[in-house]
Amino acid sequence: MSSPSTPRPNQPWLPKLVLAPSFILSFLFIYGLIAWNGYLSVSASRLLPNYEFVGLEQYVTLFDSERWWVAAKNLGIFGVLFIGCGMALGLFLAILLDQKIRAEGALRTIYLYPMALSFIVTGTAWKWILNPGLGLENVVRGWGFENFTFDWLINPDYAIYTVVIAGVWQSSGFVMALFLAGLRGIDDSIIKAAQVDGASLPRIYLRIIIPSLGPVFFSTLLVLAHIAIKSFDLVIALTNGGPGYASDVPATYMYAMAFSRGQIGLGAASATIMLATIAAIVVPYLYSELRTKR
Amino acid sequence: MQNFHRFVIWSLLLGFAAIFLAPLYVMLVTSLKDMNEIRSGGLLSLPGSPTLDAWAKAWSSACTGTDCGGLKPFFTNSALMVVPAVLVSTALGAVNGYVISKWRFRGSELMFGLMLFGVFMPMQVVLLPMSQVLGWLGISSSLWGLIFVHVLAGIPSTTLFFRNYYVGLPDELIKAAMLDGAGFWRIFWRIVLPLSAPILVVTLIWQFTNIWNDFLYGVVFSGGDSKPVTVGLNNLANTSSVVKEYNVDMAAAMIAALPTLAIYVIAGKYFVRGLTAGAVKG
Repeated sequence: MSSPSTPRPNQPWLPKLVLAPSFILSFLFIYGLIAWNGYLSVSASRLLPNYEFVGLEQYVTLFDSERWWVAAKNLGIFGVLFIGCGMALGLFLAILLDQKIRAEGALRTIYLYPMALSFIVTGTAWKWILNPGLGLENVVRGWGFENFTFDWLINPDYAIYTVVIAGVWQSSGFVMALFLAGLRGIDDSIIKAAQVDGASLPRIYLRIIIPSLGPVFFSTLLVLAHIAIKSFDLVIALTNGGPGYASDVPATYMYAMAFSRGQIGLGAASATIMLATIAAIVVPYLYSELRTKR
Repeated sequence: MQNFHRFVIWSLLLGFAAIFLAPLYVMLVTSLKDMNEIRSGGLLSLPGSPTLDAWAKAWSSACTGTDCGGLKPFFTNSALMVVPAVLVSTALGAVNGYVISKWRFRGSELMFGLMLFGVFMPMQVVLLPMSQVLGWLGISSSLWGLIFVHVLAGIPSTTLFFRNYYVGLPDELIKAAMLDGAGFWRIFWRIVLPLSAPILVVTLIWQFTNIWNDFLYGVVFSGGDSKPVTVGLNNLANTSSVVKEYNVDMAAAMIAALPTLAIYVIAGKYFVRGLTAGAVKG
């Protein structure tokens, strides 16, 4: 398919040869291991891989497992709040910063630094801040609110929300950067024209600017959804899935089954479900991106 | 009216800045306090008599599980792992991107598209088979195994970065060099690579941060003496002892965060570029 504009090498095989090892390795790594994991998920594997075919038995067990549904529900809560709050806060910060603010660079740096840290680091830090005895609770009591309690971290009904807090804190600066880049790409003359027509600033944002950020919304959504489904470190560091398994998510469920509970087949089945979820979001996106580029 | 608006915007921005900085501040001040001061409360208060004892303990004598050698061996592991993994994955990405963008052949774009899925794939799906593969290769529970996995996992994103950058380099450059008789590698070394500084920095930083911050591979594929610093930190913070030493936990968290924080402060611009390049271009 090499078009006339593509340079033709003197040794036509060389580029292929150079690319071959990476392609072969990454295809084995991506598709080979996906297939292998898929096979494990329909096998009788427990403590050790066992290649006896058992059909969908592992999936039946998975969907009968209360712990899996807790994990899936937690991912739902976490995903919706993490994406929703992260986007809202990120967009809000981007709009504020877009008002020709002095020291914009410094503020941007501050909002974005959490993204440079490991989830394990931020999880450890938030675990201390949210510590029911000595953390935030203590601070607010010190301000005179003697009966203030904040025990979400150890409360089975609320533990997953502490993961949302830490997750939003970690990623909203990044969302802000994406939206700010989008805002800067908008043609000033449209805004000027609206101002001449007497539209107020909030109205201009609501009616003109935000609607034109469609593609940015979409890629932000994609990235955040992807982070949410894969999130593992943050949960481990903050709550370790606890109390009990109240803040488990599919990623921690998979790890527990595959590596500490001796349920390899079940772990593989849960990983396949995670893969299917991400593929449902990402494949259409990749497909459309690659098509438009041709 | 205009001034009032400015005032509101500024207050909001500064308020959020304070919230964003608070965890770092809390980590820092807690790490400089002793346990008596921590127990008397005051999450936000400055340390009365700052001491680096907790840092020293976190570095060399805090217990992670049953070992009590501090974070030092874990930190060393991470450093030993991150350097080759970053260099190899970046080099492969550069060469791949060069071929895919400048020496296209039948099917190369399709293969690139298939490879892109690797950027998004949930790693949970490769964990179980990968641990078997590492066993066969004889590198399970070793730093080599971790390096191998990080290189493999990094190839799709490094290839993506370089490919997107090289697409922007004019093809005429390559053609002119070919007319002068330069071959495939000569063009790469003499023309393409010298023009690659910006994307090289972005990719190096991106890979460094990702690999340094990784926990999942570290916890699954490392053995007793090859655990990276994130695993060490997590073990340290979860080691139950009679007295929970929050100051040591926070010092350890700071130690684990310092390399990527330093890069962010020094080269934040490139870090952000890497983030956005990985996010919006597919």
